[in-house]
Amino acid sequence: MKKIFRSVWVIAYREFLRFIQDRSRMFSSFSMPILFLVIFGAGFGKLIGQMMPGMNYIQFMYPGILAMTVLMSSVMSGVSIVWDREFGFLKEVLVSPLNRSGILVGKAVGAAGIAVMQGIIMLVVAPFVGVSLDWKIVLSLIPLLLILSGCLSGLGLLIGARMRSQQGFQLLMQLVIFPMMFLSGIFFPLTGMATWLEVLSKLNPVTYAIDAIRQVFLGNQAAGVIIFTHTMSIVESALLVMGVGLLLITVAIWVFNKQE
Amino acid sequence: MEVIKSEKLVKRFGNLEAVKGVSLEVKEREVFGLLGPNGAGKTTIINILCTLLTPTEGKATVNGFDVVKERTQVRESIGLVFQEPTLDEYLTAEQNLRFHAYAYGIRREILEQRLKELLEMMELWDRRKEKIRTYSGGMKRRLEIARGLLHHPKVLFLDEPTLGLDPQTRHRIWDHIKDLRKREDLTIFMTTHYMEEAENCDRIAIMDYGQLVALDTPDKLKDAVGGDVVSIRTEDSEEAIRLLKEQYKVQPSQQNGTVIFTVQHGEEYLPGFVSSFPLHLISIGLHRPTLEDVFLKLTGHTIREQAADPLQHIRRRRMMRGH
Repeated sequence: MKKIFRSVWVIAYREFLRFIQDRSRMFSSFSMPILFLVIFGAGFGKLIGQMMPGMNYIQFMYPGILAMTVLMSSVMSGVSIVWDREFGFLKEVLVSPLNRSGILVGKAVGAAGIAVMQGIIMLVVAPFVGVSLDWKIVLSLIPLLLILSGCLSGLGLLIGARMRSQQGFQLLMQLVIFPMMFLSGIFFPLTGMATWLEVLSKLNPVTYAIDAIRQVFLGNQAAGVIIFTHTMSIVESALLVMGVGLLLITVAIWVFNKQE
Repeated sequence: MEVIKSEKLVKRFGNLEAVKGVSLEVKEREVFGLLGPNGAGKTTIINILCTLLTPTEGKATVNGFDVVKERTQVRESIGLVFQEPTLDEYLTAEQNLRFHAYAYGIRREILEQRLKELLEMMELWDRRKEKIRTYSGGMKRRLEIARGLLHHPKVLFLDEPTLGLDPQTRHRIWDHIKDLRKREDLTIFMTTHYMEEAENCDRIAIMDYGQLVALDTPDKLKDAVGGDVVSIRTEDSEEAIRLLKEQYKVQPSQQNGTVIFTVQHGEEYLPGFVSSFPLHLISIGLHRPTLEDVFLKLTGHTIREQAADPLQHIRRRRMMRGH
């Protein structure tokens, strides 16, 4: 047990170290969400705003953008493992006495930790876009962001567990990330969509995370995701995302162990 | 006592049998060389011994631990330097070593001293704060050797430690390896396809097409060639070979238009041979046997001939990638 813990710690430690030293990555992970916030906010603000009386579109979108920052950053866990394989560093890790499952969990912990830090930094933007923050919101936000980033880094690892080239990984990731993003309710409310789109978005774990995060910010103004007739609460959504995350990481560990 | 022991190791990749029943024993504190052309199966053997590959058949132990059943203990007993660099290029030399130290659970009070000792030994102490990206190939290799030794392994595996380095750097790496033997309680297991380098080993196993063809000290291997090596060039090699076989009772072989055979007491043999040989001699040479001659005698081809088809070589390498 102590050994597994050490494996997780050592691997996560390196992820943090790498992140701190790579400034370009730090900035680039903010650029996309802020770009979306500004462009979508200015472009669709009026249009979509009409669908939600009494709410400003940016206030609606901001929680989603926060989640998007975390999402973009957590799937980097997969890039990191592919990178290590491509540049040989993975061999150094594999011949060390580190526990194999611990290695993957460490990658997930590292990526999730970095993603949450970035999410918290994104909170700085809140006052500028008219979103009010207090300690209660921030404190309930952190576990939600952790759960979301854990889940998505699990997805990144699962995809990265077998892949050899970074280009291949990036390409596949685009194919997965963009539909997940657009079908999660970041940019527009999921009510009133075509039925097939609604079904797809309800199969998307990110939807539940976004919904929970939005409920934290907007309280009753945000509608919970309705499954059949049941409206999901924050805790229920969080548990669901956590369950999916654990499943993804377990499968990733299994695939990785088989491969290496 | 044997630190490494393998019994009838076999490794197949699909239809390709990369290792065909290799048995060997490596004694404590020796420098053991595995010599053979590219694609002979050397790296596959190293990968099995260091637990990156599972053998298809046979068994092997390192430091008394089974490489399949007791992987963790084997991993703790060994240090490794691979053919291609396995450093994190975006971290500094020191950060790379510290990561290794944490991964192997080296105690802090030992670490600082060990870090300094090894970096100084490899002449990298002054540049420890620099990112690996700025390092030359030779520096990277030295750092990897330092890293491989950080946790006081029983065995250090070096897979082609001087591959792709210029002669001067190669020489320097070898000085370090020789230096290590004096300072550390260490067994070194290395692969190489450079004959000159294999001379530095205490014992050599010669490998060809997945099999061991000989295993002994360099001197004994060379003695087994049988005396001195005479190489002659004539206008008609075929005729020369026929003559040598029939009239001089030697076993000649041919490579690149040169005919080679071995005789006892070469210096005394040569004058008589030159005056009696019926064909016109373009050139004649005499040398003490080298490992190159040993290899030629044992396998019937030179170590470089096999690499003639680079594509086939690459294909084989792809199949045998450890992971």
